[in-house]
Amino acid sequence: MADAVPSATAGDRLHTPEGATAVLVLADGTVLWGRGFGAARSTVGEVCFNTSMTGYQEIVTDPSYAGQIITFTFPHIGNVGANRLDVETATPHCLGVVLRAGPTERSNYRSEWEFDHWLGSVGLPGISGVDTRRLTRRIRDRGAPSGALCHAPDGVFDLEALRRMAADWPGLEGMDLASHVSCTQSYSWSCGLWDASSGSDRYLPAPEPEFQVVAVDFGAKQAILRNLAHRGCRVTVVPAGSSCEDIMAHRPDGVFLANGPGDPAATGRYAVPEIRRLLEAGIPVFGICLGHQLLALALGARTEKMHMGHRGGNHPVRRLETGTVEITSQNHGFVVSEDTLPATVEVTHRSLFDGTIEGFRMRDRPVFAVQYHPESSPGPHDSGYLFDAFARLMRGGD
Amino acid sequence: MPRRHDISSIMIIGAGPIVIGQACEFDYSGTQACKALREEGYRVILVNSNPATIMTDPDMADATYVEPITPDTVRQVIANERPDALLPTMGGQTALNTALALARDGVLEQFGVELIGADLDAIEKAEDRLLFRSAMERIGLESPRSHLVSCEEEARDALALVGLPAIIRPSFTLGGTGGGIAYNAPEFEEIVRSGLRASPVGTVLIEESVLGWKEFEMEVVRDRADNCIIICSIENVDPMGIHTGDSITVAPALTLTDKEYQRMRDASIAVLREIGVDTGGSNVQFAINPQTGRLVVIEMNPRVSRSSALASKATGFPIAKIAAKLAVGYTLDELDNDITGVTPASFEPTIDYVVTKAPRFTFEKFPGTAATLTTSMKSVGEAMAIGRTFAESLQKVMRSMETGLAGLDDVPLPGVGPDGAVIDRETVIASLSEPVPDRLLRIAQAFRCGIGLEDVHRASSIDRWFLRHVMDIVHAEGRVGSDGLPDRALAMLELKQLGFSDARLARLAGVTEAAVAGRRRALGVRPVFKRVDTCAAEFPAKTPYMYSCYEGDGVSPAECESDPTDRIKVVILGGGPNRIGQGIEFDYCCVHAAYALTEAGYETIMVNCNPETVSTDYDTSDRLYFEPLTTEDVIELVRAEQRRGTVAGVIVQFGGQTPLKLAHALQSAGIPILGTSPDAIDLAEDRERFSTLLRRLGLRQPDNGIVTSTPEAEAEAARIGYPVVIRPSYVLGGRAMEVVHDPASLRRYMEQAVVASGDNPVLIDGFLSNATEIDVDCVSDGSTVHIAGIMEHIEEAGIHSGDSACSLPPQSLTPGVIAEIRRQTDLLAHGLGVRGLMNAQFAVKDGIVYVLEVNPRASRTVPFVAKATGVPIAKVAARVMAGEALADLDLPSTELRHVAVKEAVFPFARFPGVDLILGPEMKSTGEVMGVDESFPAAFAKSQIASGTNLPQGGTVFVSVKDDDKAHLVDISRQLAGMGFDLLATRGTAQALSAAGLEVTLVRKVLEGRPHVVDAMLSGNVDLVINTTQGLQAIADSFSLRRTALTHNIPYYTTVEGARAAVRAISAIRGGRLKAAPLQSYLGGSF
Repeated sequence: MADAVPSATAGDRLHTPEGATAVLVLADGTVLWGRGFGAARSTVGEVCFNTSMTGYQEIVTDPSYAGQIITFTFPHIGNVGANRLDVETATPHCLGVVLRAGPTERSNYRSEWEFDHWLGSVGLPGISGVDTRRLTRRIRDRGAPSGALCHAPDGVFDLEALRRMAADWPGLEGMDLASHVSCTQSYSWSCGLWDASSGSDRYLPAPEPEFQVVAVDFGAKQAILRNLAHRGCRVTVVPAGSSCEDIMAHRPDGVFLANGPGDPAATGRYAVPEIRRLLEAGIPVFGICLGHQLLALALGARTEKMHMGHRGGNHPVRRLETGTVEITSQNHGFVVSEDTLPATVEVTHRSLFDGTIEGFRMRDRPVFAVQYHPESSPGPHDSGYLFDAFARLMRGGD
Repeated sequence: MPRRHDISSIMIIGAGPIVIGQACEFDYSGTQACKALREEGYRVILVNSNPATIMTDPDMADATYVEPITPDTVRQVIANERPDALLPTMGGQTALNTALALARDGVLEQFGVELIGADLDAIEKAEDRLLFRSAMERIGLESPRSHLVSCEEEARDALALVGLPAIIRPSFTLGGTGGGIAYNAPEFEEIVRSGLRASPVGTVLIEESVLGWKEFEMEVVRDRADNCIIICSIENVDPMGIHTGDSITVAPALTLTDKEYQRMRDASIAVLREIGVDTGGSNVQFAINPQTGRLVVIEMNPRVSRSSALASKATGFPIAKIAAKLAVGYTLDELDNDITGVTPASFEPTIDYVVTKAPRFTFEKFPGTAATLTTSMKSVGEAMAIGRTFAESLQKVMRSMETGLAGLDDVPLPGVGPDGAVIDRETVIASLSEPVPDRLLRIAQAFRCGIGLEDVHRASSIDRWFLRHVMDIVHAEGRVGSDGLPDRALAMLELKQLGFSDARLARLAGVTEAAVAGRRRALGVRPVFKRVDTCAAEFPAKTPYMYSCYEGDGVSPAECESDPTDRIKVVILGGGPNRIGQGIEFDYCCVHAAYALTEAGYETIMVNCNPETVSTDYDTSDRLYFEPLTTEDVIELVRAEQRRGTVAGVIVQFGGQTPLKLAHALQSAGIPILGTSPDAIDLAEDRERFSTLLRRLGLRQPDNGIVTSTPEAEAEAARIGYPVVIRPSYVLGGRAMEVVHDPASLRRYMEQAVVASGDNPVLIDGFLSNATEIDVDCVSDGSTVHIAGIMEHIEEAGIHSGDSACSLPPQSLTPGVIAEIRRQTDLLAHGLGVRGLMNAQFAVKDGIVYVLEVNPRASRTVPFVAKATGVPIAKVAARVMAGEALADLDLPSTELRHVAVKEAVFPFARFPGVDLILGPEMKSTGEVMGVDESFPAAFAKSQIASGTNLPQGGTVFVSVKDDDKAHLVDISRQLAGMGFDLLATRGTAQALSAAGLEVTLVRKVLEGRPHVVDAMLSGNVDLVINTTQGLQAIADSFSLRRTALTHNIPYYTTVEGARAAVRAISAIRGGRLKAAPLQSYLGGSF
């Protein structure tokens, strides 16, 4: 495939196709032309793909995408515009988006802005007109590449500079991004889930709190906080670098380790010692995604970079306890290595796509975690029971 | 949980004949189910009266009962076969209702048969609207406000509560039969009455209107471990108020935020759990208020459906196959996803393209009925197209319809002058609110006239998102119209990415299609093929299921995934959307071609755009292209295949008229056509060349002529002598064919025929009154001709062969006549140079055989002949076309010890105001087969299977035209002999009295009340025999036939049909009908 694609050389500046206002240049020199939208700027990061057909705004605002340029495999993005409710964090941390079709005009009663305007307003560039299926196949076959995305309305590009940008980008491995996307000061969260009863568009107020939970923010999605609040948690969100003392000072009934971007090993350098101390305290701990990986590291396991990662809303996971299958929302590029898990840990969930670990719990402590996203947003709601399980642990049950 | 070992035999009930609302999607599902269960080692017992299906092929089940699908017959089959379980979810509403009746009557319990897939409770809860509504309340889901009523008075009270417009939905009917939307009180009363009659339980639901709301469907699969997955979401472009089968729909849903989508997902899973569909696939329908997002559940089907067929083809996930495996105990995670081969079936498919489905209508066949769409389904087929964007898939589906469209073609619009200028804006906008079949074309036209998006949206309630894309297409059209064809690759590519066909661009630019194709190829703008892989390329696809699209940035070549093999391949062109005259029979032939050529070692490549079919299953052929059957699309995919390996040829003779029309273009593109040459096909269609051939062969045909104007027609008809059969050339299904008896009718016809046939000439044949019509199907390899079946029509010549019942073997022909027919068939096959299938129609009058018509291609009767004789002639023909000799294929003799009768099934109940009288224009949607040891028993079965409940006693009303009176005496005497009372109008009564028969006189409708229709309405008539002739007499007796239809009174409109019916009644009374498997008749010869 690669031989059919022209490589970036200085001379290619002359060959910009007519109307091209954006380009995605991969580290290996692959050049993908298209039309730009959103912010007119260039950006560099890992190019990944997501196979969800709904929920692009939640995906773009998921802090776990820090350091990444998101390719949407579904061709039409923008259909329902953008609104202030469907965000997972106030400012997105992904680097840009790659689309097949141009962003479409919005049509939905919930929308407030056109997607491309909103994307521009949060400073993100986008490229459309790319054969995203071809790009996805490339990622599938050869792994997620580094890429430089440039949106230039005048159609002038320095391809060689972009290629160098991409080639020089160090990659996510070894990169701690959680500290960049984490809150800097603690805050409390008390807002509940979206009101699914017909005919209203709002978040419900949370019920009267029953527990005090500290959520360590490695890049937390708001949907997680909403799910916790909905289960009766008064949530205090603390920065990624918080110490065990900082956390315990809130006298929590349970600690939640949030999702987030980057290499867990890198973030683990400062987070793991604190998590170990939390574990010693015997307090209920629940981790999601990066939180899951950090917990595994704290327990002595290792993590590794995946070939292309899991990103989509259709991933089947077996819940080993019952044998049932959950359709899950996933977004991770690192995974816990199974053979490094200590004996104190029991695998509870497994991917039916590739058999990788999707969840574990400690045999002797009220500690468990999942690799995927039970808070969904976007994605199916099959796994909401995990938040109930956390509440049960805090109540003293199992 | 592995498969169950406590059951070893499973019965599957099919859907019976193709009718509106139940088309070949249930052949797809039944075939998948049969294959899936046999693969697991179960003994499969199948009941289906439809011979044109793949599922009734004798090697698909262990025992195949081509028998009427009635509780009575199925009970007999159960008694014979003693199955352990019954899977009722594969055969549509027919199978579900039959299973329900057997469960309620205690038959299943008596024989220890377990319902699998859906149990009695679940079926009742899903199908009974009141139970369904309270179930929805229990799980906190809203339904439209509604009240179930069982009489007109209750209906009036209910109306006061829900208000107008109101939806009327009869309980337990198929595709909404008898229901509708009432906008005013009189309309309300009328629909309620018809709904109460249509409902087998006599109840209708009066429902709050959610007209104009957005409509969605979710295809859900659940296993016994309670794993639930959504296979596909479907959004209707047409808002609520138009039956989903009649709506343009897209997959996936395109206008929902994730929060709304997940709410609907949660709701649909909750519905399955609450209704209690423990295993299998179901379809749940929702409406969403576009202003507020309020979500209401409309209904659910606890079985596979038309939508699940669509969802299967749209995603590649084989719902019916998986549902069958789940029904015998597997869970989703134990089953493989065939498409990827590496992932389990327990995941939700995700797609990276847009699928658009459009319905195919045939209102032109039913003059007298309004072409208006309601909640009662009226379409007879559908096409589906896959594109990378909505625009691309929309334009592809438009040209897939084969209604002459190349895209969003121009249409006349009320309020717009001939020059395209808007005369009355309000009229234009108002016309967009009418739910008519071509509304989307009207909308495109309105955009062309400068009507704005908001006005169109307000009038049509179609979501702005879809309208915006239609508008984009129209704007691009405008640029081609003003600037001409692009001369730069990127601009051409951008047009093609919007889905424009070369033909459409040609019309817009005022050049030929060849010129566009030439320019496009010169610019290097060619389609690439992407794969349908269930996973948006996350995993490599093992299955070559492909669609075309245009990719690229104008710089680097686009990526094509067709990846052709180096094998020798045969391309089989399918039949496109089902319609009257071209239906499942042709899909059957294409599937058989694929099977046969695979056996012969070729790589088979199927091309079709009909999502309901077995041919578009990914495992029917080696490779599948889901593409429109147009010259452009087919040539491009053949070119892709030619990049590697060898394309031995294309089969165009099996898919009906659709692929035949492409033969010349393919040939001139240098693509080999297998079998009979396109020129020979032309020769048979070209009247003059054909007459010359017949003269050379020394064969007779009715006197005939070709005319191009009304005066010519009058002169020619006078020369031949009335009555004459008149029709345009090149038609299938007898479109616009008519028997005319006088010059006035001829003149009236000529005015319409010119419209019907464009520039084509009109053919006039002498009509052989009271002749016997014969159909022959044969296969020829160029030297030997194998006569596969000779069928005698029950109805006399003049009724379209697709609409008449027929018997195999013939019942009234002498050995001499049969030998003559064989001789003539042989001569014709040689004379035309046939290599493959040929169908010939003859008329026999006074012992003389006339050739009526010859078609050197697969005919509608091929599957019937194959089922009746046990010789798979479509397979044989395919191998002959690929070069094998008949002598090497070892065909068994076709001496039969049984009789098979084919009967047609009509959609008249769907079209109020349409006459049921038969003629040379085909009106039937499907067929059934009755098979037994004698003709009367086989005919009786065919009648029962087609829904005609022959009475065994009671009153027969007879009223026949003068010519038939002599025959009627004989028939009436037999009826009287069986104890029937005779009721007749004056003329007929006199004839019967004169023959010494006791008869009660009744008034014709015109003669004042009480008349015969009153007698029928009062339930005093059990059988109607009514033949008539002449426009006035036909008009006068219209209400009589219509009443028979709406009150389910068996009726016969030909004297020969009546005669057969009387023999059938006698057979039924004698207890001579025995259900037996096809295999027992065929003696394992398949």
